[in-house]
Amino acid sequence: MSTTESTPDQVETEVVVDPNAVSLTINGKTVAARKGELIIAAADRTSDFIPRFCYHPRMKPVGMCRQCLVEVEGPRGPMMVVSCMTPVAEGQVVHTATEQVKKAQEGILELLLANHPLDCPVCDKGGECPLQDQAFSHGPGESRYVEEKRHYEKPIPISDLVFLDRERCILCDRCTRFASEVAGDPLISFTHRGNNTQVLTFPDEPFASYFSGNTVQICPVGALTAKPYRFKARPWDLEETQSTCTSCSVGCATVIQSSRDQVLRFQGHDNDEVNWGWLCDRGRFNFESINSENRFTTPLVRENASLVPTSWSKALEVAARTIRMAVSSKGANSVAILGGARLANEDARAWALLANNLGLTMHDAQLDDGLSTEVFHLPQATINDATSATTVILLSPDLKEELPVLYLRLRDAATKNRTRIIEFTTKASGLTRYAWKSVNYEPGAQVAAVAAALNDSEIANQMRKGNVVIVLGRANLAESSDFTAQAYNAIATAFPAVTVLPVLRRGNIRGAVAAGLASENNARSILTAASEGHIECLILLGADPLSDVPDLDLVRRALAGAQNVIAVDTFPTASTLRADVVLPAAAYAERGGTTTNLEGRILPLSQKITARGTSRPDWMIATELAEQLGADIGVESINDLTAIEVPAQALQVLSAAGISAPERNSYDLRLVVSRKMYDNAVSTVTSPSLAQLSIGAGIYLNPRDIERLGAPVGKDVKVSTSLKSVILTLHADESVLKGTAWVPFNQPGTDIRELLNANDLIVDVRVENLS
Amino acid sequence: MSRLTDANIAIAYEIIGRYPRPKSALIPILHLAQEQDGYVAQDAMKHIAELVGVTPAEVFGTASFYEMFKFEPVGKYLLNICGTMSCALMGAEELMHHAEKRLGIKAGSTTPDGLITLEHAECQAACTEAPCLQVNYRYRFKMTPGELDTLIDDLAAGKLTDEIPAHGVLATVRQRIPAERGVGAVAPEKVNESPQWLDGKPAL
Repeated sequence: MSTTESTPDQVETEVVVDPNAVSLTINGKTVAARKGELIIAAADRTSDFIPRFCYHPRMKPVGMCRQCLVEVEGPRGPMMVVSCMTPVAEGQVVHTATEQVKKAQEGILELLLANHPLDCPVCDKGGECPLQDQAFSHGPGESRYVEEKRHYEKPIPISDLVFLDRERCILCDRCTRFASEVAGDPLISFTHRGNNTQVLTFPDEPFASYFSGNTVQICPVGALTAKPYRFKARPWDLEETQSTCTSCSVGCATVIQSSRDQVLRFQGHDNDEVNWGWLCDRGRFNFESINSENRFTTPLVRENASLVPTSWSKALEVAARTIRMAVSSKGANSVAILGGARLANEDARAWALLANNLGLTMHDAQLDDGLSTEVFHLPQATINDATSATTVILLSPDLKEELPVLYLRLRDAATKNRTRIIEFTTKASGLTRYAWKSVNYEPGAQVAAVAAALNDSEIANQMRKGNVVIVLGRANLAESSDFTAQAYNAIATAFPAVTVLPVLRRGNIRGAVAAGLASENNARSILTAASEGHIECLILLGADPLSDVPDLDLVRRALAGAQNVIAVDTFPTASTLRADVVLPAAAYAERGGTTTNLEGRILPLSQKITARGTSRPDWMIATELAEQLGADIGVESINDLTAIEVPAQALQVLSAAGISAPERNSYDLRLVVSRKMYDNAVSTVTSPSLAQLSIGAGIYLNPRDIERLGAPVGKDVKVSTSLKSVILTLHADESVLKGTAWVPFNQPGTDIRELLNANDLIVDVRVENLS
Repeated sequence: MSRLTDANIAIAYEIIGRYPRPKSALIPILHLAQEQDGYVAQDAMKHIAELVGVTPAEVFGTASFYEMFKFEPVGKYLLNICGTMSCALMGAEELMHHAEKRLGIKAGSTTPDGLITLEHAECQAACTEAPCLQVNYRYRFKMTPGELDTLIDDLAAGKLTDEIPAHGVLATVRQRIPAERGVGAVAPEKVNESPQWLDGKPAL
């Protein structure tokens, strides 16, 4: 913030006077502030704390709790004002601790506590509770209220993750404001206003927001509690360290809290450039996976048919021998590495150094589900660039599902009229409601859709008004990524000044690529080589191609064709069970380092607990494997692994094959496969609270298509391409474009990937009744 | 019970058309729903949410403030006996006991035949006429137990049908706005857009 106090002689020498600068006095001290700032925000930069419950710096003030009353001197003497609703003014004189103010603050606290159950000893919030703390610091110490308090049923679940205790609630409006103002999911509201005002959902509609966990964090009392943390710890027993969430590539600042060497909670931390303090529920609650029983704790090697526990020295020896023999018999091209986005930058760097030392040419951190790494060489934009741009163009997956906090930031920019969003999508997305223009296209037709939009004078004029940022990612896993590249190129050719926010979703994909875990051979060519028997040793770096690569058949053939598989992973997955050697890697919060978010921002990762069993950080595994192989990669500690080059922004357009989508037969529907927030991702399925939230496999069609097909909603239908078919449950969904079929990716149940082929430009399916 | 009927949807659009923001039409449409079913049904609230572009939770949050919106079926006649100070001093408590005994139900419930719902009410602003009560919001002043018996008999015999309409049909949602003064009916998919006369300017 631009509001540091200036010394008197600086003021004297200053020539240019900032027209927005305001100087006021708080308790006799001069405070520099900005026009429009609130008194409470200005006071927060001084040592004088104004008590508050409803005020939150990231939300609009409402003046609900009245706790922040202060005195402001005026022409008719001092006047009591609510400091969270009163803007600063030049020469304003504010007192925060006069007798009058104290009396008012004590009165408010007595009032708030009148109906509060004071069940602090059994309340999860006790110890970190603003109401408790401020009752001590600013309260009267006793109450005149002797009547019966209000009673409600003790905690009621308002969603699968959040419980509400209405007796504790002080009606500050923080959760309800968050739900409507920040998340855009106003599913909770004040009801029965009057003597029995309470926060409730609609009777049969739970608070099913992807961001519900934030309401628990900002609740100033113990009214909202999160199921995964209830009765797990007392705040004074928690140790904490700041870190960065790697559930997706947004890079939200988090605080890892643990007790007795067990992670118990993640909290959001305010990073002005990234997450503004918010987290999505997936990132907040998947800490449970760290504590999962389902972890690798010791190295395993295959003996006969099964994986048996062994020592690190034995496992490393077997792994090194496998690699050495592969290189000596079939050359360096016969050793491939898949994955790396789960790794910290330092881990990725160590593995890249090892790969370079061995002369490997087959490695890719992506799993054929993203875009070419060329996107990192286009002119780059940050999240703040996007949220302050005049126009944001979305050529991306549904950000609410895949990069939820980026959705919050863009939603904020759009609702506050800073930015106009032009969306190109196959299906209504979370941001469609907030988009200035939302252009639907059938898969493969985005180039035509973009070209038509650029010819629209209204859209072209909007783009000429100021900065344009393109949010670029892979929207559909059932089409060639070249279509997206072509669509981007069309815009970048017409408007060469555009910048790009690449939204490849995997945690540290950008860091892994920058570290060197991407080669000229991408995942698809590596898997193809393996399926043809050219790969002697396939190393899976925290990758589960059997769950993540769109072309399932190719992965099956590749894993069958690869002579040996070495898995470096934290959790048993479908792919690691196929491995010949398993090297257990330390989980998130069990290792330190840095991670790179989608903007290329390098952010800290902290170790909070000791690694489970004998699992080790990935960089250490790479280093020891290098030693076994006699390869000197010059790494003795994690401190040798800090250099990560920022790629040159040398490209203007992406390379894209000159493909075009074939005509769709009118009996067929064009397939869209994309992700939901909760799917079979390993960190979700190993978190009991989240695993139940997946929507499950199914096929979603526009109601008009369903009518035309005469297919039964809620029943199983046959979905087939010319080669294969699967059985899926049919659902009606208005947000699906007519003529297309949407299937969520990687959900429990029938796997749509049976129908996907990496070489298909698009996939057309026929939907038929089973009977 | 149910969503709005087609005829009521047409009225709802007309109501929405009166306001610059669709959600301003929330309360008149809630009256419409109460008129249709005798109470505001859950499905009706969901339907209204769709019509005015808010969530059902917001509809419920607004509706539950108002004592006159009922969320469960009530009898044809709603009997509100005032129990606040003046009426209490003038025998409201006895009146309530008498009503409970006569109807065989407790305050807050409905007679088995669905005719009368008995409720305890706060001040009805007729303190000079205490004790007072309301039948479907029509006053009866200086009531005695005997007069209450007569009232209940008359209601049961259908003698007051002309004077006291059945519960629910009280709203004045039929008022007509001349076309040139209305904003124009807004289709539900357009509810989040600015009405034309605002010309893209934010309403607030």
